Amino acid sequence: MTNVTFLLETLTCPSCMAKIEGALRRTKGVERAEVLFNASKAKITFEESIVQSEDLKKIIEALGFTVLGEKQKRQKGCF
Amino acid sequence: MVKWNKKQRVAVSGVLILLSLILKYTHVPLVVTNLVMLSTAVVAGTPILINAFRSLRFKIVGIDALVTLAVLGAIFIGEYWEAAAVTFLFMLGDYLEFKTLEKTRSSIRALLDLAPDRAIIIRDGVELEISSDEVKKDDIVVVKPGEKISVDGMVIEGNAYVNQAAITGESIPVNKKQEDSVFSGTVIESGYLKIKAERVGEDTTFARILEMVEEAQDKKAKTQSFLEQFSRYYTPGIIVFALFLYLITRDLVLSLTLLVIACPGALVISTPVSIVAGIGNGAKHGVLIKGGEIIEKLGTTKVIAFDKTGTLTEGKPSVTKVKSFVDQWTEDEILKLVTVGEMYSEHPLGKAIIAEGEKRFGSFQQEPEASQLIVGKGVIVEIQGKTYAIGSRALLFEYGISIPKEEETYIQKEEEKGQTVVLISTLEEILGAISIADIIREDAKKLIQEVRDQGIKRIVMLTGDNQRAAASITEELGIDNYYAELLPEDKVRILKQLQQEVGSIAMVGDGVNDAPALASADIGIAMGGTGTDVAMETADVVLMSGNLNKISYAIGLSRATVRNMKQNIYFAIGVAAFLLFGVVWKVVFLSIGMLVHEVSVLLVILNAIRLLSYGEK
Repeated sequence: MTNVTFLLETLTCPSCMAKIEGALRRTKGVERAEVLFNASKAKITFEESIVQSEDLKKIIEALGFTVLGEKQKRQKGCF
Repeated sequence: MVKWNKKQRVAVSGVLILLSLILKYTHVPLVVTNLVMLSTAVVAGTPILINAFRSLRFKIVGIDALVTLAVLGAIFIGEYWEAAAVTFLFMLGDYLEFKTLEKTRSSIRALLDLAPDRAIIIRDGVELEISSDEVKKDDIVVVKPGEKISVDGMVIEGNAYVNQAAITGESIPVNKKQEDSVFSGTVIESGYLKIKAERVGEDTTFARILEMVEEAQDKKAKTQSFLEQFSRYYTPGIIVFALFLYLITRDLVLSLTLLVIACPGALVISTPVSIVAGIGNGAKHGVLIKGGEIIEKLGTTKVIAFDKTGTLTEGKPSVTKVKSFVDQWTEDEILKLVTVGEMYSEHPLGKAIIAEGEKRFGSFQQEPEASQLIVGKGVIVEIQGKTYAIGSRALLFEYGISIPKEEETYIQKEEEKGQTVVLISTLEEILGAISIADIIREDAKKLIQEVRDQGIKRIVMLTGDNQRAAASITEELGIDNYYAELLPEDKVRILKQLQQEVGSIAMVGDGVNDAPALASADIGIAMGGTGTDVAMETADVVLMSGNLNKISYAIGLSRATVRNMKQNIYFAIGVAAFLLFGVVWKVVFLSIGMLVHEVSVLLVILNAIRLLSYGEK
């Protein structure tokens, strides 16, 4: 499992949040996806053998949101 | 097609919509009017259409899709003005929401901007300027006036006035000299410092505050989770309702209008905007509130428990009174004599006396000629050829010195007030008494009063100290009741009892030895949390400075935030209900409905912005 946090452009509508979360959660290999509205961040936990963070970034961008930054953290084992 | 940014697009469609409005009421050929209106809809509507398709690709029907559908429907039946107005309003609304939302987040953003990015370090005797991320532990960092300190560490050289507002919220500069601790994110106003780095990068207090604030702003309030739950059922409910409406009325426009207007935008945004403004305001003033749920709890709590030592009191004994029992000795002379007598003392009471003596008369050169410690009772000293006994009653008793009735009454009275009394006597008669106590902090009384005015119904005090001291402080401060002689685990037990009795409780402590109590209270408030990991982790609210007025500030801010949130929710529900009925009764049309909807969202955001100025007069 890998965690990635994307810093997005400032989110303005709560519905964008639902949109991004929905699209990410439907992606195969994504375990958890949470969009932080106020911080304008997307936190995603995913299985790197199925999907890459680059793919996730593309999904967000395809929805029309700019990704400003990325921070990846590999989890040690499961918790 | 030309690529416009948001602002340009708003401007262009704004001009077009104005033109449409003028043409609508003048006698120009209908074709011209319609064409202008249609181009407004195209200019303003294109991004909406694009967004709608983007979402549809991921099988998500968003508000963009609904608006697009409604606009296409309007164009289809020849309502060009509606199409133009709706697209323009939707776009303008989105733009203004973006601008105003930025404002609600401004305090937190401002905090982020305070993060240091450069540092000057000395390696191998050479000054190097590097990125603050590259500084390592034990590096020597040099900071000059106007510069930001980039690490947590200890001063090894220099003297400076440092503005610690980024950490404590207090903007009065603090003097820092050798062996003082300094924090990352604080700014040197004058002077210069050489600092040995102890914590760098993401481990610094400042970085951790930032991380906590960032996380806190998205920790949902209970109301927020409830509203999200609600909108999860509400939106599909509206879709079903709109379908149903279409089936009976066969009125496509009406059904589409309902879909667009009934979107609970203001309702969904009502709580998060208030919370982010509240947390942002707190962060700016050195009050770290960890999330919406905490704001809600603190904003509604009726009971507060205080730790005594170090929170309501200074936490160390000080001289409160000097008394002379004989005419030939003044009080100052008594104090001077005892100070000299206690010169070698390591006892906390002796130290308190020395501190007071030096405070009043400057440093002492004089020493007793002889000094003999009577463990647990006091000292026998010889000063200028005379022998004195300094200590407790037991000491005087041992040397057969009697205490007359009048003096005895005085001593007893002082003891009832929670004072510890140190006596001084010659081998024949008692000369005077010095009262010592852990003194109540200056603003403690004001705090208790303020907290009561804020609607706290019950204030209790928990302390490890003895009953007498606790009782006297309780009475002096006007606290409701106290629990004394408690061990840390007793505090937890008492809190549990109180929780069963009265419900939610806030506990205020210094965050070090109160950690278990802070964790078990509904809201743990840690004071002076700067640099203490335990406090920052376990507490729900961290007050960065030791200043007592931050407690009432945190409570007041939470109450204001909860109030703000409620105003927003009631307002949003009212507007949504009004629009829903308006649409069904055909008094509200698409463009007007959109206007009301967008205005309501803006009002909700503007209301939240008011919170940013809480506490500023």
